[in-house]
Amino acid sequence: MGEATRDRILSVASPVALFVLWEIAARWHWIDTRFFPPPTSIARTFGEMIANGTLLSNTLTTLGRLAIGIVVGGVPALLLGLAMGLYRPIYALVDPLISATYPIPKSAILPLILLVFGLGEPSKIAMVAIGMFYPVVINTAAGVRQIDRIYFDVGTNFGARGWAVFRTIAFPGALPVIMTGVKLGVGLALILIAIAEMVGAQSGLGYLLWNAWQILQVNVMYVGLITIAVIGFVLTVLLNEIERLLIPSRTRR
Amino acid sequence: MSAAAKIRFENVEKRFALRGGEHVALGGLSFEVGAGEFFCIVGPSGCGKTTLLRIAAGLDAPTSGSVTIAHGEGERPENAMVFQGESIFPWMTVRENASYGLRMRGAPRTQIDEVVGHYLDRTGLNRFADAYPHQLSGGMKQRVSIARAFACDPEVLLMDEPFSALDEQNRTLLQEELLRIWDETKKTVVFITHSVDEAVTLGDRIMIMGADRGLPKAFVDVPFSRPRSVLELRATPEYGRLFYDIWAQLRDEIRAPGAEVA
Repeated sequence: MGEATRDRILSVASPVALFVLWEIAARWHWIDTRFFPPPTSIARTFGEMIANGTLLSNTLTTLGRLAIGIVVGGVPALLLGLAMGLYRPIYALVDPLISATYPIPKSAILPLILLVFGLGEPSKIAMVAIGMFYPVVINTAAGVRQIDRIYFDVGTNFGARGWAVFRTIAFPGALPVIMTGVKLGVGLALILIAIAEMVGAQSGLGYLLWNAWQILQVNVMYVGLITIAVIGFVLTVLLNEIERLLIPSRTRR
Repeated sequence: MSAAAKIRFENVEKRFALRGGEHVALGGLSFEVGAGEFFCIVGPSGCGKTTLLRIAAGLDAPTSGSVTIAHGEGERPENAMVFQGESIFPWMTVRENASYGLRMRGAPRTQIDEVVGHYLDRTGLNRFADAYPHQLSGGMKQRVSIARAFACDPEVLLMDEPFSALDEQNRTLLQEELLRIWDETKKTVVFITHSVDEAVTLGDRIMIMGADRGLPKAFVDVPFSRPRSVLELRATPEYGRLFYDIWAQLRDEIRAPGAEVA
């Protein structure tokens, strides 16, 4: 058995072992099943929630808010970051505002967002957008600024003007750093949507989790947690794949 | 401007403000480069060679004076530069890099494919057309840079020590290739180098720049016929004589106190 195969088996074995142990501990009542129901019963709830459609509808609601918020926060962040990276006056103008507001924990803005946007969809989307905005704008500006000056000279010398400079130099040159910002932003957005949905939402996975706590449906809570974990995992894989496609110069070695 | 002059430098002056004074990088240069001439500029480090070329390329503005490039027939860019360091875009393939100038000018696709294909062929890069720069050696990268400059068919080619980062063998190879391509096109070239060897090998005429105040110290005609073979040329006694003469003039400049000021 090769080392790689062994490692793969080990990394599958550890979660399986944990579940088996958990199952045994729950069945024999070594642990409090009110908080830690056996995995098989969670799996049963999972099946029921898929069958009656509640899991899918709440998941789709959350994914929809994520998608809209990511675009609403990400696209302006990208454009502003590019402009900040390319034009020093814009950087001087905008950077203090970003530096001053960045350290505020994004979750702490939720009450203000609820006040401004109300309890409906806009407040959820605003939270996702805020989570996406900061990492993307900061990384894009930094990404453009780290591009070697010589490439802009080449652009000037070979007739690239205006939009062509964005498209052929600033954007592709900063793309590896931008992608790091996008990954951070999506991660943050996922955290914030869960929090936002717990407060004053009537749908979504965050609502599902909060509601399960209120009526003490622990199994449902676990289903919600697992679903969010899966979404996070799938998004990570997806973003890595997008990165691979967008930056072929990095992967084709 | 005289009839055959392609580039005319007129009282080109460049001053930089420094703390506690001013640095004169170029102290008012005037000279002309003829159409189709391979013009080399040698000088000690910090003599203002690169500044001069950047002004000619329009990347920097002179403090005073002007550089005029005569336009020939047809629509073509005024100049294209081969930069000193790594200047090909790491995020583009060899072909995308070589076609950059043409693409930025909105040339038709068929023309781009034909011209770029030709220069990739001439520089031996065809096999690497879809490779990315990080997969190439230093010599290959400079070939891409040369192909990019030739492909956009400029009035004037500006080269800023394009081979200085290469090892001896690669440098000789690329000098030979450059001469071969140049022989086909007879572009006007302004070529900057710190290597006397390289200037004598490539140039029709050499300007020796002084260390102090960035002024020309002497102009030297290179009498060798074309096409030239780099190796055979270097074996001739005339080559050694010329090399020695230029070096002797340059040595005084390197010893001059002004050379210490970068």
